[in-house]
Amino acid sequence: MSEDEREPPYLYPAYVGTRLRAPAKPLVHLPEGFHDFPAPLFPRTIAELDHDLTRQHAGEPIGERIIVSGRVLDSDGRALRNTIVEVWQANAAGRYLDQDDQHPAPLDPNFTGAGRCLTDDDGRYRFITIKPGAYPWKNHRNAWRPAHIHFSLFGNEFRSRLVTQMYFPGDPLMPRDPILQSIPDQACRERLVSRFDPETTVPEWALAYRWDIVLRGPAATPFEHEP
Amino acid sequence: MSGPLTPSQTVGPFFGVGLPFENGEQVATPGSPGVIRIEGQLLDGNGEPVPDALLEIWQPDDRGSYRKVADGETTGFGRCRTDSEGAFHFMTVRPGATPAPDGRTQAPHLNVTVFARGLLRHLVTRMYFPDETEANATDPALNLVEPARRETLIAKNCGGVLHFDIRLQGERETVFFAI
Repeated sequence: MSEDEREPPYLYPAYVGTRLRAPAKPLVHLPEGFHDFPAPLFPRTIAELDHDLTRQHAGEPIGERIIVSGRVLDSDGRALRNTIVEVWQANAAGRYLDQDDQHPAPLDPNFTGAGRCLTDDDGRYRFITIKPGAYPWKNHRNAWRPAHIHFSLFGNEFRSRLVTQMYFPGDPLMPRDPILQSIPDQACRERLVSRFDPETTVPEWALAYRWDIVLRGPAATPFEHEP
Repeated sequence: MSGPLTPSQTVGPFFGVGLPFENGEQVATPGSPGVIRIEGQLLDGNGEPVPDALLEIWQPDDRGSYRKVADGETTGFGRCRTDSEGAFHFMTVRPGATPAPDGRTQAPHLNVTVFARGLLRHLVTRMYFPDETEANATDPALNLVEPARRETLIAKNCGGVLHFDIRLQGERETVFFAI
């Protein structure tokens, strides 16, 4: 599948924000290998509880407690270990802790909505959080974003960098969301939808969702992989 | 080989709670030897400031080597969100020239990545240095850019501060690279 089917275009007029921000000129292609250098070293330290968005304040946040976990892999299926995963999200009422968020829904004094963790030796990450709410935006009349968690990852290569969003299964807002629908291929859109994960649920405590993330590797075939 | 890659989505307008961090724009400590200040403005297709964007820079060390481990002082990575005027800045040191995969030499440059509301995928550009005329003239990446657009990739020296504006669209649109 070509990149044009797999990834959203820069210009997607139904998402109004792209109209004045998408480059009008084609991107310049450098020869293969010019972007094959290591991913940035992330200078920020990760504290032990940074993966738990429900324990950053004196009390617990309002909302449905969930565990979101999965693996970070490269396109050959290899685990990406020790790679940083950053997340941020709205609270259960669909409000971000951001001065520019004007949605008239309550802030939660016990919820900031940001977390970080490093993947383990099997490429696994795990966050404890609350399920974010849907929220309105001004893209078109009665526009609502489906519930989502933002993810930012580096991987091992400069080319691996990915900022994306994870959605929840069965959300009726997904077919109406121009940001998700900007991805041309249906199967690729579904890669952003987590699945309910009964094995990871904790009885009497939390439901769970599973979402694996696949990052790009180097463009050039490494010499040792050649026949 | 292309496995089931996870597609990109916009960083949105509300990344402020999650991504910026204190002194993220200080790749090198202000006041230490050789520190340079880079300032710029991010502009949209109408020439209006983009106030809800995040920029990252990633550069090799002064010998042209991308760090594989932090040396305690700098990692070569910086992150800065734009302000209400679309302005951003970084404090860093000049990187060294890097070898291209084909053996040629690339002029010193910073890799600059742009995330913003309205960008469904991030954009990658390069900032070159205005006083590297000779190295810039033979840089293999700059030479693939049509001559009239090369100046969009070269910072301007304004009284010791390097100015590097990024225009997402329209007249004098910055050159962005496919990665």
